Amino acid sequence: MTSITYTPENSPRAAPAGLSGSLRRAEGASRLKAYLLIAPLFLFLLFTFALPIVSVLWNSVDNPLFSRVMPRSSMALQAWDAARPGLPSDETMAVFAEELRAANRSREVSKLATQANFDTPGLRNLLIRTGRAVEREPGAVGRTQLQAIDAQWASRDTWAAMRRLGAELTPDHYLHALDLRRDAEGVSRQPTDLRLYMSVALRTFWISGLVAAICLLLGYPLAYFLAHAPARWGNLLLIMVLLPFWTSMLVRTVAWVVVLQTEGVLNSLLLALGLIDERIQMVFNRFGVVVAMVHILLPYMVLSLYSVMKSIPPAYVRAARSLGANAAVAFWRVYVPQTLPGVFAGVLLVFILALGFYVAPAILGGANDQMVSFYIADHLNNSLNWGLAAALGALLLIGVMTLYAVYARVIRAQRKDG
Amino acid sequence: MNTLPIYTGRLGRTWHYAFRAGCVLILLFLMLPILVTIPLSFNVEPYFSYPISGFSLRWYQELLNEPNWALAMKNTMIVGVCSTLIATFLGVLAALGLSHRNLPHRELISALLISPMAVPAVIAAVGMYFFYTRFGLGNNLLGIILAHAVLGTPFVVITVTATLVGFNDNLVKAARSLGAGPTRAFFKVKLPLIAPGVVSGAVFAFATSFDEVVVVLFLGGVEQRTVPRQMWSGVREQLSPTILAMATVLTLISVLLLLTLEGLRRRGERLRAGV
Repeated sequence: MTSITYTPENSPRAAPAGLSGSLRRAEGASRLKAYLLIAPLFLFLLFTFALPIVSVLWNSVDNPLFSRVMPRSSMALQAWDAARPGLPSDETMAVFAEELRAANRSREVSKLATQANFDTPGLRNLLIRTGRAVEREPGAVGRTQLQAIDAQWASRDTWAAMRRLGAELTPDHYLHALDLRRDAEGVSRQPTDLRLYMSVALRTFWISGLVAAICLLLGYPLAYFLAHAPARWGNLLLIMVLLPFWTSMLVRTVAWVVVLQTEGVLNSLLLALGLIDERIQMVFNRFGVVVAMVHILLPYMVLSLYSVMKSIPPAYVRAARSLGANAAVAFWRVYVPQTLPGVFAGVLLVFILALGFYVAPAILGGANDQMVSFYIADHLNNSLNWGLAAALGALLLIGVMTLYAVYARVIRAQRKDG
Repeated sequence: MNTLPIYTGRLGRTWHYAFRAGCVLILLFLMLPILVTIPLSFNVEPYFSYPISGFSLRWYQELLNEPNWALAMKNTMIVGVCSTLIATFLGVLAALGLSHRNLPHRELISALLISPMAVPAVIAAVGMYFFYTRFGLGNNLLGIILAHAVLGTPFVVITVTATLVGFNDNLVKAARSLGAGPTRAFFKVKLPLIAPGVVSGAVFAFATSFDEVVVVLFLGGVEQRTVPRQMWSGVREQLSPTILAMATVLTLISVLLLLTLEGLRRRGERLRAGV
């Protein structure tokens, strides 16, 4: 190279603060350029992804309906101390009755009633009936009229419910998602017939754990087989693992319906072989869900284990063998410990992915095999209990993110060792 | 495959073959559902069991004649292509930024950028439903395109960042010293070299959109139904052989995508070895 042309910007000699200042400035400029390149995606994700997630969290505590439709009585009820004996004041009840009459006229009472019923079953009826009745009252309405319409208006529990519903922010969706309830006396467990979500959570953990365990059981030997097969075969076998991984998840779920259903391929085969006498139910139950989930998640496990097994030098096992360990001892005490990071990462990954499953259980499971995602979708689309859907979603999100933090730590430790 | 040492005892031998047989069974389990359903889609009778009474293409014919499927295929292509373009463009830019030598908070930034991959689909879908409908993006293809672009970007960021790790920056410096401007050096030198990574990322993004059903369930109306959405309702109502025909088509496309990726990987390895 014969000549280098320095422009004023990049010439080190032109820098007033000397070489180090110029370097720092160049570094700063290139860093700024890097941030500018990242910015578009960052902003895009902010609006299309991060804010939607925030809106889930917001909807899980937001409670705008009563405070909007019945602003004055909601405010007045917040001032009433539900923990102490006694009902709200007569003025509060009068304001409440007036606002309920207005809500009945503007037809918003049905929305209120639906919302109230999410809080306590039975309140829908009470609000609709009371709304109609106060509408028919000619003059001013208040305590006497309300309690004449329904004796429940003389109960502190009813007013405590109205107070809960009138708060702008509420913990109730979370309490509901944890099978708890608030009444005049404080927080307690839901009555047995209304408890649901703790068992859904347990079921979600149980199915995910079972799927992760089966994946490990099937994935470990398979990954070992792939990692120690000669290169020529290894690639082909790996493609056999990757192909199902690449096939649409929905296609595979549909395929399992075809294979497992009562009139399906597997039943016909077993029947023809004389292994069973009558067709057995294998879909729309737990079995079908677990089979499909294992099928979908097994490649993740195999690939996690495979990458670790590939990096294990064979010398250690050979050394153990030459020192007198038999094959089983060498495998168990020398080989397996070296794969533990992969085992841990694989199990964790499969477990995390399983927690959020929706499609496979919805198609292959029965009513008792649905996991938490199903209830989130159901509350959003069918019962329209958005607050509860959001609270369940937020709890699932917190669980998954915590586990991912652990997962990231495992992976980082693995890289440091490797 | 690897042969057994001559001194292996009977127990060792039995174990060796039993182990292999077990592995083959597990591989079969992985391949089985796909292998079983493809032939059934050619069955002349609308039954889902063997033996097949006769081969026919009538279910594929029905697939083409049914207006619902035609609409679904059109929507799937529109959503897939548009979301892939958005995801690839934004993802490549961000990956270029992330590959800066010493970027402060790099780990945090990349964790944020790939977080859409980590959040369960239902939660993202619920959030998008809350948020997008507020801006008139519910029951709208644009909403689904944006949502799928979100789900696709992590793959682009990951693959392109991985490609850039092995990128030799001296090549760009050489181009610059030979008189190329920064833009020219990028398009003539850097981009062609990282192209395999960019294309793999795009393939991943496309495949993600192609297979996505949960977001569409929440955000899409009747007019926005996509192929997975159509399959979903088909399975839940009445499993018909047209669904198997569609499943076969989708599997074929997956195979093509996988082969594309494998080809790109090999090409990338060759390029790296060559440079």
